[in-house]
Amino acid sequence: MSDAVITGMSVASPIGLGTEEHWKSVLAGRHGIGEVDRFDVSGYPSRLAGQIRGFEAADHLPGRLLPQTDVSTRYALAMARWALEDAGVEPGTTAGPGAPADYDMGVVVSSAQGGFDFTHREFRKLWSQGPEYVSVYESFAWFYAVDTGQISIRHGLRGPSAALVAEQAGGLDAVGHARRTVRRGTRLVVAGGVDSALDPWGWAAQLAGGRVSTAREPERAFLPFDRDAGGHVPGEGGAILVVEDADSARERGAPRRYGRIAGHAATFDPPPGSGRPSALRRAVELALADAGRTAHDIGVVFADAAGVPELDRAEAEALRAVFGPYGVPVTAPKALTGRLYGGGGPVDLLCALLSLRDGVVPHTAHTARVPEDYGLDLVRDEPRGLPVRSALVLARGRRGFNSAVVVTAPDS
Amino acid sequence: MTEPMDMNTLRRILVACAGEDEAAAPAGDILDVPFTDLGYDSLALMESAARIKQEFGVDIADDVLTELETPRALLDLVNGSVRAGRPAEGVRVA
Amino acid sequence: MGERRVVITGIGVRAPGGSGTKEFWELLVNGRTATRRISFFDPSPFRSRVAGEVDFDARAEGFGPREIRRMDRATQFAVACTRDALADSGLSPGAVPPHRIAVALGTAVASATSLEDEYLVMSDGGKDWLVDPDHLSPYMFDYLSPGAMPAEVAWAVGAEGPVTMVSDGCTSGLDAVGYAVQLIREGTVDAAVAGATDTPITPIVVACFDAIKATTPRDDEPALASRPFDATRNGFVIAEGAAMFVLEEYEAARARGAPVYAEVSGYATRCNAYHMTGLKKDGREMAEAIRAALDEARLDRTAVDYVNAHGSGTKQNDRHETAAFKRSLGDHARRVPVSSIKSMIGHSLGAIGSIEIAACALAIKHDVVPPTANLRTPDPECDLDYVPLTAREQRVDTVLSVGSGFGGFQSAMVLQGLGGAAR
Repeated sequence: MSDAVITGMSVASPIGLGTEEHWKSVLAGRHGIGEVDRFDVSGYPSRLAGQIRGFEAADHLPGRLLPQTDVSTRYALAMARWALEDAGVEPGTTAGPGAPADYDMGVVVSSAQGGFDFTHREFRKLWSQGPEYVSVYESFAWFYAVDTGQISIRHGLRGPSAALVAEQAGGLDAVGHARRTVRRGTRLVVAGGVDSALDPWGWAAQLAGGRVSTAREPERAFLPFDRDAGGHVPGEGGAILVVEDADSARERGAPRRYGRIAGHAATFDPPPGSGRPSALRRAVELALADAGRTAHDIGVVFADAAGVPELDRAEAEALRAVFGPYGVPVTAPKALTGRLYGGGGPVDLLCALLSLRDGVVPHTAHTARVPEDYGLDLVRDEPRGLPVRSALVLARGRRGFNSAVVVTAPDS
Repeated sequence: MTEPMDMNTLRRILVACAGEDEAAAPAGDILDVPFTDLGYDSLALMESAARIKQEFGVDIADDVLTELETPRALLDLVNGSVRAGRPAEGVRVA
Repeated sequence: MGERRVVITGIGVRAPGGSGTKEFWELLVNGRTATRRISFFDPSPFRSRVAGEVDFDARAEGFGPREIRRMDRATQFAVACTRDALADSGLSPGAVPPHRIAVALGTAVASATSLEDEYLVMSDGGKDWLVDPDHLSPYMFDYLSPGAMPAEVAWAVGAEGPVTMVSDGCTSGLDAVGYAVQLIREGTVDAAVAGATDTPITPIVVACFDAIKATTPRDDEPALASRPFDATRNGFVIAEGAAMFVLEEYEAARARGAPVYAEVSGYATRCNAYHMTGLKKDGREMAEAIRAALDEARLDRTAVDYVNAHGSGTKQNDRHETAAFKRSLGDHARRVPVSSIKSMIGHSLGAIGSIEIAACALAIKHDVVPPTANLRTPDPECDLDYVPLTAREQRVDTVLSVGSGFGGFQSAMVLQGLGGAAR
């Protein structure tokens, strides 16, 4: 079966626009959490978010796309372009010999929230002004498939494409499905996830989930695996990766390979109260098996890191069961950005690939005291130099989604 | 009834409803540049027509809208009905 | 592992005009229409005021008060269909280990109806921009990020394998099934519950299709409003509904003596990379999806006995699709019967692809091609055999079903009966 390699990637996050800026912030432990400033958040019990700042949509998108896109789709479009550039692919313009074209390229992007800020405005127009004030663009700017569709159109990608929704786990599922699509014969798939819902309604809806931190200090609001963990900080953004058939990459002389998607698995937890165990551990085991790796081969785990004690404990338990107590370095750079829903898994995957590249594992900023019984070797305080060859990335989605991806160094 | 619509107003509406494309020279004289050359598709025109209806009370029928090729044709249609105070063919005045 | 084949062994449907699979099929073979004036809210301020509504009584369906509070309408539809499909398949709980069962649920607008209800509560009927978090339903997060929809299906099934929502707009219903078929084929799971649900008959969704004039303004004749391939068609009729399937690996299904409706032998999806809502006239990408799906099924195009069209009843769709059929099926396009059940039950966005798969499976089972209702005035640009008005009894072994959606998605699926032996 053909290998799926990552030949390009990009990120838009509260700590960086573009791979290197984001990575620099991660290694420096620079967080992007602050009080929401897009509306008056003072009446809400939670006020901190990981907001992207300094993204001027007009600098990244053709003017024609501005009136018809939600902020999340603008991030998706900017990232897709950067990722394709990084991969040395500019569909439609450099389609020379060996270059993928037309049906050779697909898109699989996860969005957990759709174009929510956009749709909030349209709901408001409908109910305060009337149906005829609703924009023609509402029919697609809102729905979960919008990023996939817009990326396909902008770059002329006509291959098998999809949009997956599985809360925070959906982004890794999208990468897994991209690998599946490549293995079934499509040369290249633009994959990842992105989300943003930082309008008043989206904000209130996120709070209704009951897991958002009410802390007021940015450094104390999202403390994955800490004994003081008290929920997460919602963020916005995501990452896009170019998942490509290894032969295709060779054929066209792709400039770089960040790594291989060696394994993927997804599982789902049994209903609450069933007494059956969480299926996270099985997702890890299945992903390892799919990668043809054992726990011993994994150099680092990028954890889901919910920042909610019972969920942190469950994840620690699953990792302990597979790797043994303190059996593998574990980290959660998402402490710097907040949880990004559909975008979260792909951003972690991007960081994992950079860990492979640079031989350094980023730390989990802010977390200070990890309960002893978690048995976790959490990378804290500063990045740890480690010649990592394989990494496991985990994501869980509310209601029971588990997704696990194993990435390995490109030459492994 | 409202003031006639001038080119600047139309330009503002088009930009708000359908965006601006540097390649299509929006700052230049676009009066007779076909909408298709300006990159305005049928959705863009529908969105603009909805805005014109809201601001000028002129309701352009679908089949008429699809026949309009240039900003000048659109301006003439709207202003024709605004001036006349009665609908041109295919136009209703709110 | 060799070639793992995937079969449909159970079906559950909730569609306009009938509460279960049997009533659904009767409606189709009789060519009756179930579109009517919108009753869920006062549609008078809207341009299009007709819809395919489902008469759904959650209590009569066996949902308890807590379930009714917890699950929104679209989720209730999906769970009701899931229960039916499981019973239909005879697959007993525990027969397949939980982690070897997947769920793929399609939907285009997910919890739109509940979102709108909540919006009105929180914004005081739309008057305030700021919403009051104290008035928020605890389920509001699930409406924002609809993980609870596939979760409820997974819980109803006892599935602990991959669970996801496939949300490709109006091809979701085909793509969710296609996704699950891939999981079984590749050996990730042995069984799946897949299908789609949508309940978009709510003001915001009606308004957004009004804005682009995609829905029909034929408000005076609700029963005659959906007219795919007719020269007088002027838009689709929005609808709601759901269909869910039990999919199993063929050898396992055969070993347990499962009833088999059909094999899903081919599936493909492509994007037109052209426009979020517009379609090119030539039908190129849909034709490519059809070609790839037939290829996967290892079938010559002349093997197709029936084409279940997307047939939404918009001017551009039906022309686009006719071109795609000619492009992909060649001369056979003129011989094979093509029909659109949207003429009878409207277009339930993400759900319709699955409801159409159900119709195809039943067409194979009964050897009947459902008709295109309301097709009385031929359109010179749509010049194929669309089975107008009356169902047709004929041998139906191989069916092609297609879908087309916003975002440029074009999907195609091939279903095949297994012949006398397995039926």
